[in-house]
Amino acid sequence: MKDEVTSRDERIENLKGMGCSRKRVEDARFTQGKGNYVDDIKLDGMLFGDFVRSPYAHARIKNIDTAAALAVPGVLAVLTAADLEPLGLHWMPTLAGDKQMVLADGKVLFQGQEVAFVVAEDRYAAADGIEAVEVDYEELPVVVDPFEAMQSDVVLREDLVAEDGSLPDGAHGPRKHHNHIFTWEAGDKDPTFEVIDSAEVVAEETMYYHRTHPCPLETCGCVASMDKVNGKLTLWGTFQAPHAIRTVVSLISGIEEHNIRVISPDIGGGFGNKVGAYPGYVCSVVASIVTGKPVKWIEDRMDNLMTTAFARDYWMKGRISATKEGKITGLHCHVTADHGGFDACADPTKFPAGFMNICTGSYDIPTAFLEVDGVYTNKAPGGVSYRCSFRVTEAVYFIERMIEVLAIELNMDAAELRRINFIRKEQFPYTAALGWEYDSGDYHTAWDKALKTVDYEGLRKEQAERVEAFKRGETRSLMGIGLSFFTEIVGAGPVKNCDILGLGMFDSCEIRIHPTGSAIARLGTISQGQGHATTFAQILASEIGLPADSITIEEGDTDTAPYGLGTYGSRSTPVAGAATAMAGRKIRAKAQMIAAYLLEVHDDDVEFDVDRFVVKGAPERFKTMKDIAFAAYNQAIPGIEPGLEAVSYYDPPNMTYPFGAYVCVMDIDVDTGVTDIRRFYALDDCGTRINPMIIEGQVHGGLTEALAVALGQEIAYDEMGNVKTGTLMDFFLPTAWEVPNYETDYTVTPSPHHPIGAKGVGESPHVGGVPCFSNAVQDAFRAFGLRHTNMPHDHWRIWKTANELGLHG
Amino acid sequence: MIPAAFEYHRPKDMAGVLSILAEHGDDARVVAGGHSLIPMMKLRMADVPHLIDLQDVGGLSGIEISTDSIRLGAMVTQHDLINHAGLEEAAPILREAALQIADPQVRYMGTIGGNVANGDPGNDMPGLMQCLDATFTVVGPDGERQVPAREFYEAAYVTAREDDEVLTSVHFALPKGGYAYEKQKRKIGDYATAAAAVQIIKENGTCTAASIAMTNLSDTPIFSEAAGAALIGSAVDAAALDAAVAAMTGDIDPTEDNRGPVAFKKHVSGVILRRAIERAWSRA
Repeated sequence: MKDEVTSRDERIENLKGMGCSRKRVEDARFTQGKGNYVDDIKLDGMLFGDFVRSPYAHARIKNIDTAAALAVPGVLAVLTAADLEPLGLHWMPTLAGDKQMVLADGKVLFQGQEVAFVVAEDRYAAADGIEAVEVDYEELPVVVDPFEAMQSDVVLREDLVAEDGSLPDGAHGPRKHHNHIFTWEAGDKDPTFEVIDSAEVVAEETMYYHRTHPCPLETCGCVASMDKVNGKLTLWGTFQAPHAIRTVVSLISGIEEHNIRVISPDIGGGFGNKVGAYPGYVCSVVASIVTGKPVKWIEDRMDNLMTTAFARDYWMKGRISATKEGKITGLHCHVTADHGGFDACADPTKFPAGFMNICTGSYDIPTAFLEVDGVYTNKAPGGVSYRCSFRVTEAVYFIERMIEVLAIELNMDAAELRRINFIRKEQFPYTAALGWEYDSGDYHTAWDKALKTVDYEGLRKEQAERVEAFKRGETRSLMGIGLSFFTEIVGAGPVKNCDILGLGMFDSCEIRIHPTGSAIARLGTISQGQGHATTFAQILASEIGLPADSITIEEGDTDTAPYGLGTYGSRSTPVAGAATAMAGRKIRAKAQMIAAYLLEVHDDDVEFDVDRFVVKGAPERFKTMKDIAFAAYNQAIPGIEPGLEAVSYYDPPNMTYPFGAYVCVMDIDVDTGVTDIRRFYALDDCGTRINPMIIEGQVHGGLTEALAVALGQEIAYDEMGNVKTGTLMDFFLPTAWEVPNYETDYTVTPSPHHPIGAKGVGESPHVGGVPCFSNAVQDAFRAFGLRHTNMPHDHWRIWKTANELGLHG
Repeated sequence: MIPAAFEYHRPKDMAGVLSILAEHGDDARVVAGGHSLIPMMKLRMADVPHLIDLQDVGGLSGIEISTDSIRLGAMVTQHDLINHAGLEEAAPILREAALQIADPQVRYMGTIGGNVANGDPGNDMPGLMQCLDATFTVVGPDGERQVPAREFYEAAYVTAREDDEVLTSVHFALPKGGYAYEKQKRKIGDYATAAAAVQIIKENGTCTAASIAMTNLSDTPIFSEAAGAALIGSAVDAAALDAAVAAMTGDIDPTEDNRGPVAFKKHVSGVILRRAIERAWSRA
C-alpha cells in the first residue's frame, strides 16, 4: 500500500494545508485572460445602459428633454426620475441609513451625478443618446468645504429639512445644521479634557486625510436580466456583498427574495469600491423589467473615479497629552467628515464613523475622547473603506502622526516614545479607552525585531550626518526615516454590535464531501483577487484531511452559496474562514463516528491524524478520510445518516486585531520634491498564517496602494466642485516603476478566539503603510522644524514644505 | 469614453490622403499612432467625422542617416527611435528623450510625426526638435514645403500646418557635442512637470554653441535662444548656469495644474535645466 510507505510529513505535504505556500489556483485563468468578469457576460438581445451625468456640482434641474435622444438610431428608452417615481425607485436607501437619488430628482448635488439613464442596442448608440439628452440646469451656489458647509445658508438637502424649517433627526441622531449629518462620540469627554488640560506636555495638530478613491482595475458594473415568464430576476455584478445586494434589491423592488439571483463572477479588485449599491444597478434592473431584455451597465474609468464610492476625506484635530517622560495620559480627536451629497458610507450601521474609535492605536492610553461630525458637501457620495477596515486607516494615520508630533514636542525619539507606550503583552485581552477589547498582541517583540533588522540606530546616525552635510552645502538630499506601528481591527463582526441595515455580519460555509473523497465548499464571501479558492481549501485540507487540490471553493452565487455578508474589511478569514474551520470540524466529527464503526472500536478510541482516523495506540489500524467519504455514502451504518455534509454560520465572539511594525527609508530631493524610497521593511502579525505566499502578495499590494495614497493619489475638487483628478493621468496609480522593493517579515500571535487563530491581513499593509510613507517624508524635515504637513506628498507639496522651511535659500 | 461615429479611411498613398483632406477640410484628420487623437475623440473633445489612417501609406517610416543630417519619416515610432543602433550613435539625445516618453506599450504605437504635429505642449519631441533646430516637411495640395520646428508652434494644438496638409518627415543636422534630455514627471507615462533638451559644444574648455528648449512650460515648446547664448563663451561655470537659468525662466510661461503651481514650476524648470546643462557639458 502506498500509504504505508508515505511518511507523516509527506502526508501533511500532500494535503497542501495551512502554512503551505500553495500556488493560487485562480491564476491559471487570470494569467491567460480566461477570467469571467461582468463585462464578459453576453446574453442574447442584451441592451446597454449608460448615464447622462451632471456637469455641475450643484444645480436645479428645470427640464429634461429626451426627444432628440429617443430619435437616435438604436436608442430604446431614456429613464429619468419621473419614470422611476411611480415605482418608488427614484431614491434608494444607502448603507449608512441615508437615502440617495437614483436619478436626479429636481436637482443635482455633485459633478457626475446620474441624471438620466439611456438604454440602447449597443454602447455606441447609448453614448450618442447621452449626447442628445438636453438638460436645462440652473446653477446653485457650490459648497465644497465641510467647515464652510456647517456655516452656509446654502441648503444641500432640502429633503432633510422640515417645512417649518426644523431639522428632523438623521439616522444617527440630532443634527446641528441643515448640512450636518450626525455627531458620533466615543469615550469620556470631561475626564479626557481634565487630563489633557492639566498635563505636563500637550501636543496639538490638525491633519487632513485627503479624499481618494479605491480605483480597482475593473470598474463597477452589472447585467440585469428579468425573466418575465418565471418572474425571476438574475443580477450579475461587481458585488463585494452579493447576498446583501439580493436582500436590498428585494426590499426596495418588492420582488420576493427567492425570485432574485445575484451572481458575483470574477471581480477585478474591489478595495471597498464595490460594497455599496449604485444607481447603475437600480436603473439596469428597471430597464430590464421595462424592456424585457437583459441590460448591461459598465462604468468607464472617469465614471468610476468621479461617482462611485470615494474614500477618506477626514479633517482630524487632535490633542495628545503626556508626562515629561513621555508616558501618554490622554487623547482627544475631533473629526469633520466630508461625506459628499449623500451619506453613502459603508460602515456597520451602529458605527457611522466606522471603527475610528480604534484611534488610540497600539498604545496604553488611559483616557480618550472621540467626536465625529459628518457633513454634506457638493461632492460625490461614498466614504468606503479603501483597503482597510472601516475608517481604520484614518484612525491609524491620526495616532501615528500624533505620536510623531508628541515626540517633537517632547524632543524625544519617536521609536522610543512608541516603545514606552505600547500595550504590554501581559495586558491582553486589553480594553481600550474607546471601548474595543483587543484580543491579543505582542507589540514589543515585533517592534524590537523591526528596529534591529533595519539597524535603526545606524539609520539615525546616517540621517544626522546627512543633515550636517546638507547644512554645509554638500548635498541637496535629505533622508527620512518613516516609522509606524499599527493595530488593525478587522473581521466585522459580532452580530451583537455589527450589522449593516439590520443584516448581521456573521458569515458562512457549507461543505459537501463527495463519495470519492473530494469536496466542494461554498461560502458567503466573494474573492476579488484575494485568492479565496486557494486559501479556504487549505483551511479545509488541514481540518478534514483531504488534499486542497481536491477541494473546490465556490462563492458569489446567491442561489447556491449560503448567506453571508461578503468580502471587505478583512473579514473573510476572520469570519468565513472561521465558519470554514467550524464546518470542517462538523465533517470531522461525523467522520470520526464512521471511522470508529469501520474499525469496530468506540468513537473515543480513534483520533484524527493528518488525513485519517487511527485507532489510538495502534496507528497501523486506520481509515483515511477518502475511505470514510466512500463509506459515508455507500455503506449502511446503524444510527448514522448517509452523506457527509456540514454547514456553519459563524458569529464571531470578537473582532481580530492584526498588527505590524513598518519602517521606510526615503531620500528626498529638496529642490524638486522627488522622493526615492531606498528601503521598506514590513513586519506583519496576522496570527496563524494560512498561505505565506498569498500573505506576501497581499502585503505588496497593500503597501503599493499605501504608497499611492501617501505620495500623490487624490480626488481633488476645485472651488466650483469640478473633479480635477478624473483620469489616470492625474489620479496617481503606481506601476512597478514607482514601487520600491519590499522586505516582508512576521511574528505570529494567534487570535485566541478564532478557531484557527487567524486574524486577516489584506488591509494591514495599507493601514500601516500610509502613515509609514507619510512619516518618512515628514521625518526628513524634522531637523528643520517641520511638525506636520498634509498628504498627499507629491512633488510640488514636498517642494512647498522645503520652500516654506527656507531650504531653497 | 466612446467617440461619435466617424468614417474610417485607409488610403494607400499620400495622394489619396490629400484628396480626402481636400474633400472634407477640417472635418478630416489624419491619425498616425493615435495616442493623442483617439483619446480626444473618445472624450468627444475632438470631433472627427473623417479619420484618415496613415499606416498603409508607404514611405513614411524611414530612418535615414547621412554624413551630415538625419531624416525621420513621420510614422517612425518612439520604439523605433530607441532601438535603432545607428541613431543611437548619431543622435543619442533622441533615444534619451524617447525613453522618457510614456511606456513601452505606447511607444510601440506613438510616432514622431504625431508627437510633433499635434501641437500638444506636453509632448516631448517638439521641444527636442527645436533644440536640434529641425525642419518639418509638410505636404499639401500645392506640394511640399519646409517649416522650421522653431517656427511651427503657435499655441496649444495650433501649428503652422494647414488643415489640408500632412507632416511627412522631420530632418535635422547631425547633432554635435554633449547632449541631455532631462525630465521631471510624477510617474511613468506622465507628461513633464518640466523638461529640458540641451545640446552643447565645448572647445578648449569653453562653450562655443548651446541650444536649449523646454517642454510643457508654456502653451508651446520654448526654444530659449537667450539661455543658450548665456552659456556661449563661458566655461559653463556657476555664473553662466545662473544666467542661462535666469534667461530660460524669462522665456517660459507655465500655468498651474495638478503638477503644481507656477512658482514651483518655475523653480523646478531651473533645477532641471541646470542638471541638463551639467550633464550635457560633462558629455561634451
